[in-house]
Amino acid sequence: MTDIAIQVENLGKRYRIGVQEEKYDTLGAQMLAWLRSPITNYRRLRGLSAFSENGQAEDVIWALKDVSFTVKEGEALGVIGRNGAGKSTLLKVLSRITPPTTGRVLLSGRVASLLEVGTGFHPELTGRENIYLNGSILGMTKAEIDRKFDEIVAFSGVEKFIDTPVKRYSSGMRVRLAFSVAAHLEPEILLIDEVLAVGDAEFQRKCLGKMQDVAGAGRTVLFVSHNMPAVTRLCQRAILLEKGRLIMDGPSEEVVASYLADATRTGAARSWALDEAPGTDELRLTSVSLVNSQHRIVSVVSVEEELQLRIGYRVNTPGLTFRCAAKFYTQGVCAFATVEPTETTRDREGHYWSVVRIPAHLLSEGEYLVGVSIFSSKGRKIHYVLEDEVIVFQVTDPISGQSARGDYTEPFAGVMRPKLEWSMEHA
Amino acid sequence: MTARKDMLVIEPPKGWQPINFKELREYRDLFYYLVRRDVQVLYKQTVLGFAWAILRPFLSMILFTFVFGNVAQVSSDGVPYPVFSYVALVPWTYFSTALTTSSMSLVTNSNMLTKVYFPRLVFPLTPVLAKLVDFVIAFAFIPLLLLWFRIMPTRDVVFIPLLIIILMMTAAGAGMWLAALGIQYRDIKYATQFMTQLLMYAAPVVWSVTALTARLGETGRLIYGLYPLAGVIEGFRSALLGSVPMPWDLIAVGGASAFVLFVSGAFYFRRMEVAFADVA
Repeated sequence: MTDIAIQVENLGKRYRIGVQEEKYDTLGAQMLAWLRSPITNYRRLRGLSAFSENGQAEDVIWALKDVSFTVKEGEALGVIGRNGAGKSTLLKVLSRITPPTTGRVLLSGRVASLLEVGTGFHPELTGRENIYLNGSILGMTKAEIDRKFDEIVAFSGVEKFIDTPVKRYSSGMRVRLAFSVAAHLEPEILLIDEVLAVGDAEFQRKCLGKMQDVAGAGRTVLFVSHNMPAVTRLCQRAILLEKGRLIMDGPSEEVVASYLADATRTGAARSWALDEAPGTDELRLTSVSLVNSQHRIVSVVSVEEELQLRIGYRVNTPGLTFRCAAKFYTQGVCAFATVEPTETTRDREGHYWSVVRIPAHLLSEGEYLVGVSIFSSKGRKIHYVLEDEVIVFQVTDPISGQSARGDYTEPFAGVMRPKLEWSMEHA
Repeated sequence: MTARKDMLVIEPPKGWQPINFKELREYRDLFYYLVRRDVQVLYKQTVLGFAWAILRPFLSMILFTFVFGNVAQVSSDGVPYPVFSYVALVPWTYFSTALTTSSMSLVTNSNMLTKVYFPRLVFPLTPVLAKLVDFVIAFAFIPLLLLWFRIMPTRDVVFIPLLIIILMMTAAGAGMWLAALGIQYRDIKYATQFMTQLLMYAAPVVWSVTALTARLGETGRLIYGLYPLAGVIEGFRSALLGSVPMPWDLIAVGGASAFVLFVSGAFYFRRMEVAFADVA
């Protein structure tokens, strides 16, 4: 089956953003403006939906411009990009929430879109009533909900409270219930936006698993997310949007890598010209890179790969004694730090590289930021270099059975994921 | 592409759109659950619950009987003032609550509006149906009042459903107009609050059209009849109290204007709906 499920042609969407309020110097001008305000307000409010055809006003932005792509039936496409790149607008146009200004979209198959979970949930209604309400809002018929009701309740894990008003639920329970309804939609095309950004980590993983089932079941999925591991795991292909334009379309690993490189204006490698390199006159940091065993710079790596972090620097003053260190940050914490075991004297001027080997099966899945420092702490304490967020890379787990996961595919906590040996004893 | 699949084309909007009845039908379950939600949550966490449906017109009745019946001595076509006003207050209360909720429906549901697609007409039409529950409860109290005042309803009660349809069309028509305007211009909210008060005194709720006819003549009466509530309320009185003959002239004129209001409202709403998510 290679039918096209989603066809987007030259899609454009124009928005008007609010113009900055004018400021007045004198009381008189202020009064005049106040008297005129109904007229200016009317023009402004009317302008939200009406556009004059002549020229481009300064307060008009194109949230999407000339976006074209196709998605084949059964394909999962990731949509990534910075905030304001047009991802959500694209999803809103595809979901028919807002109409396009130019171009057109062809969708072949029943479409369901999930821009948030629990749309229309009413706190006063019970879990049961909300399942029916929310289900029908998402486009299910009563008969469909009747049929899936038990499954929805079981998946959410709130069986005991199904006849309790939702306002008595914890926020986690509410999200679980809401997601369960959404997860049981059976569209041919599913459009999802960031819904995974809610709920606890464990439930997020469960949802991801469920979505993988959806994608695996031959359904077409369009997935907008900031969660790069999720994108690479769920989608074979991804598109990258920037300022409303589609700037990259390809295998999701490549697109994610390119996005990460761009997002932090760096990637898994960074280098500096000598005149702007961080450091002091005695010593300058010139490059930092992450390479795999084939010495290729990689920004998306597998947990099963052995890596090397290479710190390049130029010593201008011979005889300097110091050591290099690196810190690896993920999930908002420092996963670990590593330092050269001794402070060594570099006798000669010139370029050096300090290389640290990162064994396979150490890092967990997710995005890592690496900070680098070069310092001496014996005698005179000097920090020659102290740079945070120098490079960034992404770790993925292909779940081949060879990683620390073994054949376990569910939630896996931790900022590191060592592959440890297990044994069993019997009393 | 296989033919059996639903094909959906999304294109820039082009002017006036007809009402998509097929789509509305597909979403009838959603309609049902939204109406149900509105009914279910209305009196949640109240002590008196659905008794409020009767209490509100009942308390107004007591107030009006005192102010207009006793103090101002407004003519009530020979029927006791309490029942004269209650019979009018039941359709009026329905109309005003349905209209206010309907006109605010897009603003109160703006979260849904920007997150999920379904026919937008569902929003303003839901309150028009949901408020019928209150209406029915308040209406059910009328027989008790009639019994109390020993008034026999006429055979014209069979026409009450027709009057209710005119009432619903008026509420829905005005609701669609105001909802479509209100999402962009929030002034509508304040204007509607004031306007419903004005509309109540413009409707023959506390007074009778008989007096108006005497002063304005038949032509004036017909022009006044363009306000659909005139025919509806007088029709209720005629059918239930027999105080005046069935005002078919008012009902015909009012019915026509209700129809125009409803159709124009639906078209205006459909024209504006494409921009709702952008201006919400």
